Amino acid sequence: MADPIHQFEIKKIATLGHVGGVEIAFTNSAAFMFAAVMLIAGGILLATVSRNPVPGRYRSAVEIIYEFVADMVRQGAGEAGMRFFPLVFTLFSFILVLNLFGMIPGFFTVTSHIIIAVALALIVFTTVIGYGFKQHGLHFLKLFVPSGIPIYILPLVVLIEVISFLSRPLSHSVRLFANMLAGHITLKVFAGFIGMLATGLGVFGFVVGLLPLGMTVALTALELLVAVLQAYVFAMLTCIYLNDALHPGH
Amino acid sequence: MDPVIGKYIGAGLACIGMGGAGVGVGNIFAHYLAAALRNPSAADGQFARLIFGFAVTEALAIFSLLIALLLLFAV
Repeated sequence: MADPIHQFEIKKIATLGHVGGVEIAFTNSAAFMFAAVMLIAGGILLATVSRNPVPGRYRSAVEIIYEFVADMVRQGAGEAGMRFFPLVFTLFSFILVLNLFGMIPGFFTVTSHIIIAVALALIVFTTVIGYGFKQHGLHFLKLFVPSGIPIYILPLVVLIEVISFLSRPLSHSVRLFANMLAGHITLKVFAGFIGMLATGLGVFGFVVGLLPLGMTVALTALELLVAVLQAYVFAMLTCIYLNDALHPGH
Repeated sequence: MDPVIGKYIGAGLACIGMGGAGVGVGNIFAHYLAAALRNPSAADGQFARLIFGFAVTEALAIFSLLIALLLLFAV
């Protein structure tokens, strides 16, 4: 059976140079990220070329995505959160396109690498801390002190709030990475069963192999759902975390 | 006992935590569905909260998975 981890291998395309003995290379991961950015930017630019006030079919579709994210930001972070709309829209479209790229056979799944997910989550985390302190100063720390808590359990509550705040980038990033990694390994393992049955059991194997084939098709549908859902979850949690920076007083 | 064996047993034990989170996530969707069938017109407005609850519950499963991954690849 083919190694299910093999699909996540990062391959070097071209060397760009060395920094302190570490090779800086243009990899297949970087290539897919460039492709995703070009697809998103090109696709949205194409929709805004026409000056016709009545949107066509294609522009309507782009506007639906825009409104979908805008509603998410308004619901999660309020009207004041709309200043972070570019950030949330960029994260959502970037993750969505990369996740869906991963569903195309033979394509590399960029979001299945934890370093990508951690980088994206840390952008959100540092934005929340930086904007929170810039906008509210030390009042931002009120985030950790919920109002209406009896004084004798307050230290415990503050401790829990601080831990839950610090674990956010961890769960934010590992959620995306683990979902994509586990989903793609599961798909590969089930697809591997088909080949094993067909080569191992002959004609009988072809008949029995229809079972994992059906399972693979069903799992592919599930993985498409997960790919869209994880992009949505990532963007929505970004809105909720930004809400803390905008309104820290609960 | 070889410490490597303990590492793998520990990784397996850590994954039990995901079962609890599975119960929790199931509970969230079950209650959402039950409430949505009682009042379908209010269901769409609560979708974001459903996903938020799902994400927060799933975070606990992720922590146990993380322990398993750390044991397997980092320790």
